[in-house]
Amino acid sequence: MQANKSSKLLILGGIFTFLFLYVPLILVILYSFNDSRIGISWVGFTLKWYKVLFADSQLMSAAVNSLIIAFVASFFSVILGTFAGVALHKYKVPLLSSLIMIPVAAPELLVGVALLLFFLLINFTLGYVSIVLAHIAFCTSFVTLAVKSRMVGIDNSIFDAARDLGANSFKSFYLVLIPSILPGIIAGGLMAFTLSIDDFVITFFTAGVGSTTLPLSIYSMIKMGVTPEVNAISTIIILFTLVITSLASKISPQLFK
Amino acid sequence: MTILQIKNVTKNFDDSVVVDNISIDINQGEFFTLLGPSGCGKTTLLRMVAGLISPDSGRIFLDGKDITDLPPEKRPLHTIFQTYALFPHLSVFDNIAFPLKMAKWDKSRIVTQVEELLEDVQLVKFKNRFPHELSGGQKQRVAIARSLVDRPKLLLLDEPLSALDARLREHMHIELVKLQEETGVTFVYVTHDQQEALALSSRIAVLNGGKIEQLDVPTKVYSKPKTYFVADFLGKCNLIKAEVISTTNDAVTLKIAGYINLEVKCEYAANYKIGQKGWYSIRPEKIRLNREEVENTDLYRAQAKVLGYYYYGNDTLYEIELGDNLVLKVMLGNTKSVEPKFFNEETMVHMSFDPHAGSFIAEEL
Repeated sequence: MQANKSSKLLILGGIFTFLFLYVPLILVILYSFNDSRIGISWVGFTLKWYKVLFADSQLMSAAVNSLIIAFVASFFSVILGTFAGVALHKYKVPLLSSLIMIPVAAPELLVGVALLLFFLLINFTLGYVSIVLAHIAFCTSFVTLAVKSRMVGIDNSIFDAARDLGANSFKSFYLVLIPSILPGIIAGGLMAFTLSIDDFVITFFTAGVGSTTLPLSIYSMIKMGVTPEVNAISTIIILFTLVITSLASKISPQLFK
Repeated sequence: MTILQIKNVTKNFDDSVVVDNISIDINQGEFFTLLGPSGCGKTTLLRMVAGLISPDSGRIFLDGKDITDLPPEKRPLHTIFQTYALFPHLSVFDNIAFPLKMAKWDKSRIVTQVEELLEDVQLVKFKNRFPHELSGGQKQRVAIARSLVDRPKLLLLDEPLSALDARLREHMHIELVKLQEETGVTFVYVTHDQQEALALSSRIAVLNGGKIEQLDVPTKVYSKPKTYFVADFLGKCNLIKAEVISTTNDAVTLKIAGYINLEVKCEYAANYKIGQKGWYSIRPEKIRLNREEVENTDLYRAQAKVLGYYYYGNDTLYEIELGDNLVLKVMLGNTKSVEPKFFNEETMVHMSFDPHAGSFIAEEL
């Protein structure tokens, strides 16, 4: 009986946790379909906020900017992060391993301010290039972690075996090393993509004047109050993130354990 | 004919000598074993032959050609690793085809050759499986097939059976010997398991501290150990302090345990001077125990007291005490009785052995 009681408690706790996490998101999704501009009462189902949203050319161009930035940033962070992850696993330099964690653990505000100061110091014009560089900087850490944790699960003697069976070091790299850590690379890349596309703080500091991304536009929209369009764009972003993270967890389950 | 020649090879790791000036000639078609405890340098030596690490000094020749400076992919030999080292992203077929693809065989030849090997190791049904879908024994067979598919001149095996359970290991012993005889490929086998080494090898090099203690055929290594280490490492052995009191051309007379004089056949008798100290080694199964006195004057005979016994199933190990605290181990096969023992503790028995069944091991100076 005792065990039964405690397992019931566990289930209740679990339900509460999920409610706590998801009620706000579910409300946002629901109200994006509500046929009323103001108020919290349910008037009726509509898709008109989505139509308004797609007609908003400013918001759409911000979304395209965000997508391009995310693609470029995740592409380069995958390359850098893969090299860093493999190298850190192979050479086990203790200080470097914790240094790569700093962009993951440090407050975003700090990273944003630091990057802004750095760009000003080297007289770098703020704009899309500085946003991309900033995104590459913090995304690389996440890819490195994903690749490194994949390397841990791999028997190092397969690299000796590749050489032994006739592959030179270059072939051993792209025929054995890369394919065997590919799940880690892809998972890291997807993580980088989602982090980049909805990053606000770091982007805010490194964007400068005249360049805008989706999170920055949404922020300026809600300064005028939460409109159903914001609910609609939030719904799209939530679903998009959900798809990508579940893809990543399918490809590399050990990362999400 | 020598296929692999290791010449004065030395390797240091962090100021400690792991392989110390080792020279070995291995013949074509041999099943050669490097035997020793962990840290004796056997795996390091194997990895130097494979080209995965390079020696600090010395040369390695394969088929008369100096391969010391060749990268691993250019050496016509393969290694079977302890962990099998199968490529996790490739199917069984593609794993086995890997060396052929590297050697740029054409597709149709690759298919026929791989199919043939799959049949040899009875894995035809599994060719589309991935390594994580295979059992330990199957993985082992894939690793063997992959290493033999392009008929290398030499196969290096680094404790390939240590991850398998005892029954499967025994089965693989038979398979390995069969495969070696069928292919004619020279095997160099690394193990710490003395029984495996004795059962499989044509010759054994016993390694300790980076040096060869003894290199000989299994029967010689077991019954005529050259050093204290070899006698002690391979199986059970009685090692009794001894001293040479006279020598002839092919035998030495020893004073054993300070009071027994025995004449023992000895290949190196001429090398020993009177007063040379060392040990007399005799295997427990060479000693007999009887209730009555044995009528054979060629044997060394004495009375002894049984101290205890250990029942192993197929045989029983007795500890007996001769005079002066001289304790010997005696192994008797349980051929007749279903009883765990023939003799009880404290029983007086007649012990006998042929002195020539043992050997003299000189103490190093």
